Amino acid sequence: MIELKDVSKSFTLHNQGGAVIPVMTGASLQVAPGECVALTGASGAGKSTLMRVIYGNYLAASGQVLVGGLDVAQAEPREILALRRETLGYVSQFLRVVPRVPTLDVVAEPLLAIGCDRQVAMDKAAGLLARLNIPERLWSLSPTTFSGGEQQRVNIARGFAHDYPAMLLDEPTASLDAQNRETVLSLIEEAKARGAAIVGIFHDVGARDQVCDREINVSDFTPGVAA
Amino acid sequence: MTPLLQVKGIQKLYGARIGCTGVSFDLYPGEVMGIVGESGSGKSTLLNCLAGHLVPDGGQVIFDTRSDGPVDTVTMSEPERRMLGRTDWAFVHQHARDGLRMSVSAGGNIGERLMAVGDRHYGQIRDRAIDWLGRVEIDDARVDDRPTAFSGGMQQRLQIARNLVTGPRLVFMDEPTGGLDVSVQARLLDLLRGLVREMGLSAIIVTHDLAVVRLLADRLMVMKDGHVVEAGLTDQVLDDPQHAYTQLLVSSVLQV
Amino acid sequence: MNEYNFAYLDEQTKRMIRRAILKGLAVPGYQVPFASREMPMPYGWGTGGVQVSAATLTPDDTFKVIDQGADDTTNAVSIRKFFENTAGVETTEETEKATVIQTRHRIPEAKLTGDQIIVYQVPIPEPLRFLEPRETETRKMHSLEEYGLMHVKLYEDISQHGAISTSYAYPVKVSERYVMDPSPIPKFDNPKLEMDAIQLFGAGREQRIYAVPPHTKVVSLDFEDYPFEATKADHPCDLCGAEDSYLDEVIMDDAGNRMFVCSDTDFCRSRRAQGHEGRLSKEGAV
Repeated sequence: MIELKDVSKSFTLHNQGGAVIPVMTGASLQVAPGECVALTGASGAGKSTLMRVIYGNYLAASGQVLVGGLDVAQAEPREILALRRETLGYVSQFLRVVPRVPTLDVVAEPLLAIGCDRQVAMDKAAGLLARLNIPERLWSLSPTTFSGGEQQRVNIARGFAHDYPAMLLDEPTASLDAQNRETVLSLIEEAKARGAAIVGIFHDVGARDQVCDREINVSDFTPGVAA
Repeated sequence: MTPLLQVKGIQKLYGARIGCTGVSFDLYPGEVMGIVGESGSGKSTLLNCLAGHLVPDGGQVIFDTRSDGPVDTVTMSEPERRMLGRTDWAFVHQHARDGLRMSVSAGGNIGERLMAVGDRHYGQIRDRAIDWLGRVEIDDARVDDRPTAFSGGMQQRLQIARNLVTGPRLVFMDEPTGGLDVSVQARLLDLLRGLVREMGLSAIIVTHDLAVVRLLADRLMVMKDGHVVEAGLTDQVLDDPQHAYTQLLVSSVLQV
Repeated sequence: MNEYNFAYLDEQTKRMIRRAILKGLAVPGYQVPFASREMPMPYGWGTGGVQVSAATLTPDDTFKVIDQGADDTTNAVSIRKFFENTAGVETTEETEKATVIQTRHRIPEAKLTGDQIIVYQVPIPEPLRFLEPRETETRKMHSLEEYGLMHVKLYEDISQHGAISTSYAYPVKVSERYVMDPSPIPKFDNPKLEMDAIQLFGAGREQRIYAVPPHTKVVSLDFEDYPFEATKADHPCDLCGAEDSYLDEVIMDDAGNRMFVCSDTDFCRSRRAQGHEGRLSKEGAV
C-alpha cells in the first residue's frame, strides 16, 4: 500500500549561500494493508521528514514514493489532493482549523469531502467524538477555544472519520489520559483490522508495542556524517 | 476529466517591459489556485489577461464552456466573452467600490447579474438577493441600503454575493482581503472557503498574503518579474519551497 | 427673411443633419452622433429639436410647436416665431393641419398620420447614463445589447417606492433591439410611440439624433409582476370633460381648490368647440 524506493531528501538554502543540507538518503520501505509500522530514531533523525515526504508535503529529491499506486514524488497537485481526500489520512499533532466552524462539522468534513451523505457523516462524527469523551455540549462550538488535550482528540476523531486505506499518525497518543489512550489504540487496531496500512511515530513505547507490527529506524536513512 | 481552464503560454508586454510571460497551467473543476508574488511581479497582469480585462500579446486561455466545450476566450467574440463575465465567470476586485454600483441598493447590486441574463420577475429577483445577503452574513433588513452605508468588510461580502448569484463556475479574485482589518479578513476568508466548498467553485486568487493562500488555495503559483518561478501543492510550496525567491518570500513572513 | 438661409442653418449643415436622421431611421433607436451647431438660443431650450426641424422643413410645410402640450408657452411661441422668421413656413396650432410638429415633453392626443413628422426635444439621450456614467461603456452596452442595467433602475424604483415610480422619460426597447429614452414625455404617452408618423429625436447639447420609423414596435420595459402602466390623473378634464387625455393639475387658490385640464391645449379647445363640457366650463375660468 505504501512503498518507498530509494528516496532521498535534501534542503537547498538559496538564501544562505546555496547551502545544501541532505537529510535523508536511500530510504526504502514497504507497508502492506493491515500492517502498522513504527518509525523510530533519535529526535532529528528524520521521522517527521519521512512522514511529510509520504504525505507530499515535502518534495522528495529522488526516488519513488508510492501510495496506493500513485507516485507522490511526481504527481500533479490535484492527484495528491485526491489521494489525501480518498486514500491517505494524516493525523498530525496539532489541529489546524478555520475559526467559527463547529466541532461536529470539523470532524465530519473529510466524509463530506468524499461526497458522503450529510446525516451519515454527522452520525459517524458524533460517534467518534463520544468515544473520545468530548462532551456533547461542545460539539456545536469551534474547537479553537478548546484545551490542548481536547483539540488533539478532535484532531484524532477527524483523522479517523473516513476509513482511509493508508494512514500516517504523528504521536497519536501523546498527552492523552489512560482512558482516551486506550480508545485511540483501539481505533488503530480497528483500522488495521479493516486493512489500513499505517505508518506512525510513537514515543509512547507501550502503545508502540501494542499496535505496531514492526519498527523501522530512520537513522539508517540519515546521510553519512561526512555531510 | 476536462480542465475547466487551460492556460497556454500567456504573455503580456508593456513595450519592452514584461508584464508576464510563458505562463501555462490547467485548472480543474473545484480547484482553487493561488498566485503569489510581490507588487510588480505580474500577478495582477496575468489575472486580468485570464479574466479578459486585458488582451494578452500571446497565448491561449481555453475555458470549458457549458454549451460548446473548450473555447479560447482570447479569440472569442467580445459579446461572448462579456456574457461569460456575467454568467460563468466572476471577478472580485480588491476594492469593493470597483466591483459594486455605489449608487444602487444592495438588492439591486445583487440582482443586476440576474436581470442581465434575463430575469424579469421583481419578486423572485428580490428573494434571491435577500437569500444571498443571508449567505454572506448581511442582515436582510439592509437590502434597500446603498453600499455607501456599509463597512468595508460588508461591501466586500456584498461584492461576493453580487458575483456569485448567477452560480459561476470560475471566480477570479484580486487581493480579496486587501485593505481589510485582520479580524474582518478572517471572517471573509472563512466565508469564501465555505462558499467555494459548497458551490464547488474553481477559483484563481491573486494575493501577496501567504496566509490567505494557505487557507483557501489547493495549489500555488509563485511569480517574480513576470515569470512563474515555482508551482505546486500549496502546503508543499510553503513548507518546502524549492526556488530561492519562494524561500525568501516564505521566510519573510513575520511569525505571530 | 433674406438675411437668413432657409430655416437658419446653411445647406451643408442641414445635409449633415439629414444624413444623421436617415441613419437614425435605418437603425431605429440608435443614437447617431452629429455635429450640433450653436443656435441662437441656450442649450436646454430645444437646440437639438430646432436643428432637426430645420433640416426637415420644406417651404411647403406647416409647422406646429408644443411645449408640455401647450402651443402658447414662451418656448413654443419663440421657436414658432423663429421658423416663421427664418423659413417663412406656415405655422399652426392645430395638430391635424401640421406636417412637422416639434414637441417638448408630450405627444399630441390626436392620432398622428403617415403624412406627419414629429420632432422631440431631448435633454439627455442616453437612458443608461444615470447608472453608468461612462459613455464608452454605455456605447458598448448598446452595441452588445447588455440592458440588464436598465432593469436595475426599475428595480430600484420598486424597492424604494413600491411601484415603478419613473413617470416620464420611461425607457423603451425599439424594434426589439435598442433601449431608448423617449425624451421626458409622460409614460402615459409611451403606448403612442407606435404610430404612423415619423418620429425624430434631437439632443443639441449631447449632439445625438435618433429616430423611430412609422409602425415600429416600441415596448416599455417592465417586470412580469410589475407590468408597465400608462398612468394619468384619475379625473376627467374640467374644461372639456375628456376622460382619456393627459391632464395638468392647476392650483386655483390658497384654499386648495384645484382643477385638472388637458395638457394638450389644441385637443381641449377643439373638443370644447365641438360642444363638450367639463365640470368648470360654465364658470369660464380659462
